[in-house]
Amino acid sequence: MAMDIGEIERLIKEGIPDATVHIEDLRGDGDHYAAYVTSAQFEGLNRVKQHQLVYAALQGKMGTDLHALALQTGVPE
Amino acid sequence: MFNFLKRYSKAVGSNSETERQGSVMNDQPVNERIQSEIDSQDVMLFMKGNPMFPQCGFSAATVQALSMAGVKYGSVDVLQDAEIRDGIKQFSNWPTIPQLYVKGEFVGGCDIVREMFETGELQEMLKEKGIELQESPAE
Repeated sequence: MAMDIGEIERLIKEGIPDATVHIEDLRGDGDHYAAYVTSAQFEGLNRVKQHQLVYAALQGKMGTDLHALALQTGVPE
Repeated sequence: MFNFLKRYSKAVGSNSETERQGSVMNDQPVNERIQSEIDSQDVMLFMKGNPMFPQCGFSAATVQALSMAGVKYGSVDVLQDAEIRDGIKQFSNWPTIPQLYVKGEFVGGCDIVREMFETGELQEMLKEKGIELQESPAE
C-alpha cells in the first residue's frame, strides 16, 4: 500500500505543527520518499528522538503503509 | 527496485513459514532475547539478511557504511526470526529495520547511520566508546 505526498505531509504537520516539511517522491512510484523536516521542537534532541517524533506523527504508518521514507531532520537555522 | 521488493516480500513469507515449522522454539521473552543479542557484541546490527547477502536495500546501505567505517560488528537476521523482527520495533520504539546498537545503546536506522558515517560522527562515536576501527581499504 502506498501513501501520497500530501497525506504524509499532512500527518507530519498535524503531529508537529511548526514543522517545515519537504518531501520528494524518489522513484515516482508513490512508495519511496525522502522527507526533510525541520522544527524548533527538535532543539536539544538527538537524531533518534527527532526521527521518533516524526514517526509518531505518522501514527504507525511508517514501516507498514509507508515502506520507504528516508528521513532527515533538523532545527531551523 | 519495485521488482526487487516483490521478490523480497515473497522471501519474507517463506521465511516466516519456515520459522513457524522450524526449530525456533523459545520460551524466553522476546525482549530478553533481544537484550542478550545486544549485549553479546559491542556493535550489533539487526538487519534483513546478513552482511554478505543483505535482503533489503536499507540493510545493504547500513552494512556498507559500517564496513567502510572499518568496524567489526555482529548481526541478527530478523527474517529468520519473526518474533525478533516484530519485537525489535517495540523494543527500540523504531518502526523499521535495520537498527544499530553500539554498547547497548540504540544509534539509529539506515538514514542516521549513513548520515553519521558521511559526517564522520559514526567513526568518532565508535572510537569514543573504545571500539577499534580498521583503516578502511582504499576504494
